[in-house]
Amino acid sequence: MIFLTVGTQLAFPRLARAMNDYAAKHDEQVIAQVGGDDADLPNLDVRHMLPPDEFVDIFRRARVVVAHAGVGTILSARRYKRPLVIVPRRHALGEHRNDHQLATAQALVGLSGLHVAWEIEDLPKLLDGGALKSADGSTGSRHAALVDGIGQFIASGGKGMAPARTPGIVSQKVVSRAP
Amino acid sequence: MLSLAFSSRGKHAEPRPERPAKPAARTRPTRVLAIASAGGHWQQLMELRPAFEGCDVLFATTLKGLPQEFDAAPSIIVPDCNRNDVLRMPWMVLTIGARLLTYRPDVVISTGALPGLVALTLAKVMRAQTIWVDSIANAEEMSMSGKHARRVADLWLSQWPHVAEAEGADYFGAIL
Repeated sequence: MIFLTVGTQLAFPRLARAMNDYAAKHDEQVIAQVGGDDADLPNLDVRHMLPPDEFVDIFRRARVVVAHAGVGTILSARRYKRPLVIVPRRHALGEHRNDHQLATAQALVGLSGLHVAWEIEDLPKLLDGGALKSADGSTGSRHAALVDGIGQFIASGGKGMAPARTPGIVSQKVVSRAP
Repeated sequence: MLSLAFSSRGKHAEPRPERPAKPAARTRPTRVLAIASAGGHWQQLMELRPAFEGCDVLFATTLKGLPQEFDAAPSIIVPDCNRNDVLRMPWMVLTIGARLLTYRPDVVISTGALPGLVALTLAKVMRAQTIWVDSIANAEEMSMSGKHARRVADLWLSQWPHVAEAEGADYFGAIL
């Protein structure tokens, strides 16, 4: 089973149609949360509001999850260790208010278990092309640096008695993002 | 859930000390309110949980059942609201305000969106420490809520170095 999720707020017809075409040519069930009109998507098993527990259940059972480049979905794929194929929403195609999904996808290339279909035509090839890797659930140095910084801020000022910004914290700009 | 919020407070039933000299203030754990809207914001907040280790944490989000999915307890649900939906604003502000008054956090942290901004604003009035972590989805500029949070956040973070630099925010790292 493939789980297609584009969130509940904005439709993503380009991706929904591509998955509908894919489902027409394959036996595999495609459960879909398309965030809008499903009139022309006869081959998808469309679900509207999914409560958190059902969402997680479908997510866990999926062979692969197909999604927009949403942060929530990327974190879910890491948490539940499922392979994830993302298609970034494009501002030029009216799919989002800016190109932040493109930027997110570009920054996250190489993350374990994350596969990017830069063009919609790449999607079937990715889905058919052998075993897709799952996320290994690991977190990187950027994550550790963020958690440490916040933890230190709380430890130093958490009682509401320390000055708002201790010099030690402000100067602690750590690690630059890898290109 | 309300009872949980009360019981965690009940252990420290003494009135909140106003002077650091009172010894009780040093012995109880730091109280943290961690609040985020359902979806990506909430999931990013969950990624930050190790930062609250040793603290007494109350989680807040906008979707019933979500905290249980992440074993985030104790937790409360606050009304959802975005900037296109101003009619629900007063209800959200009142609910969050009431929770702040009963829980009395030392620190309020949010990854967004509007409910988090409201919580930080009210917490600032109550002289709690406030932390804003802008969503990693905002790769080009700070979110709308994040820009407003600047005025009420003691620690104001972007998860992108170039955004932090352009906006005058701090950068420690990122959840991904």
